[in-house]
Amino acid sequence: MAQPPFIIHEQQFQRMKAVLARVCVECAARVVFLVDRDGQTIAFHGEIGDMDTTSFSSLAAGNVAATSSMAKLIGEDVFPAVVHEGERESIFISVIGRSLLVVVFDERSTLGLVKLRAKRASFDVADILDDAVHQSIYNVNNNPLFQEITDEDIDSLFS
Amino acid sequence: MTFINYASREINCKIVYYGPGLCGKTTNLQYIYDSTAPQAKGKLISLATETDRTLFFDFMPLELGTVRGFKTRFHLYTVPGQVYYDASRKLILKGVDGVVFVADSQDERMDANIESLYNLEENLQTQGYDLKQLPYVLQLNKRDLPNVTPVEELSHELVRKGEPIFEAVASNGTGVFDTLKAVAKQVLTELRKS
Repeated sequence: MAQPPFIIHEQQFQRMKAVLARVCVECAARVVFLVDRDGQTIAFHGEIGDMDTTSFSSLAAGNVAATSSMAKLIGEDVFPAVVHEGERESIFISVIGRSLLVVVFDERSTLGLVKLRAKRASFDVADILDDAVHQSIYNVNNNPLFQEITDEDIDSLFS
Repeated sequence: MTFINYASREINCKIVYYGPGLCGKTTNLQYIYDSTAPQAKGKLISLATETDRTLFFDFMPLELGTVRGFKTRFHLYTVPGQVYYDASRKLILKGVDGVVFVADSQDERMDANIESLYNLEENLQTQGYDLKQLPYVLQLNKRDLPNVTPVEELSHELVRKGEPIFEAVASNGTGVFDTLKAVAKQVLTELRKS
């Protein structure tokens, strides 16, 4: 069967947003994302303009999945970070458990600064995610939202 | 893995279109993309070769509406069908909530269908899934071509567990939304059971 759902609640979401906001300021980043390794955006903070955040998250996850497999092929367990440096914009991705902290930055910042601040923030991110995972397990078994979904609810999506 | 965000009131699910090379996986997504209202979809991303063969995956997010006040968003992925892209296929199956197997109905593609279906079962197992326990739909595509295998014969070879079967012509949209609806419904029903 499919894996049980991962649930994030309002309070955890706000805590996560606060961490991302701090990372964004400390890194002088354009935008900071937290992305599930399956490619779903969990939260972000910063200036996204007209960026398609859903596609961005999916591609970030695909990118890390591909580099992690390459790591295994050369005998590494995992590449804990992935960096793409462009002429103006750059991307730093840090793997935190089954999530990715993605920092998009430009010439106002440096890779060294981003790495340092992202590493410090990774502990806070991991804490919140652990909390969410534990609560997810409890909530799946005790949340009436799922049990109350009726066949009519599902059918109405396709009408 | 379904991701539920109470803050943004969203349910996100991942559906993967699987099948042999040139069976019409990307065509399914392209038809869904072309026929969906702009506000219900994101961009269709294709990581393809110069000859338009899928290299890593195609991806499009699709919003179907709300259930109990939660927006339901389906992330649709295809895998590369060519045999030598197996490493990519394994990666794309990670976190999957539902699978559509797109079979090519042409006589000469029967072996490719069988091989691809075995490959799906094997790759799911390596990710800790069992096809028999997963929301799953079989689509028999390219039914408009002259050299197709009869449905009974295809079903005999490809059916795994009494899954819904849809005849399709993805290039003109026949069966495309029926397939999507069937798998999406199973995914949401599974969520209720969990």
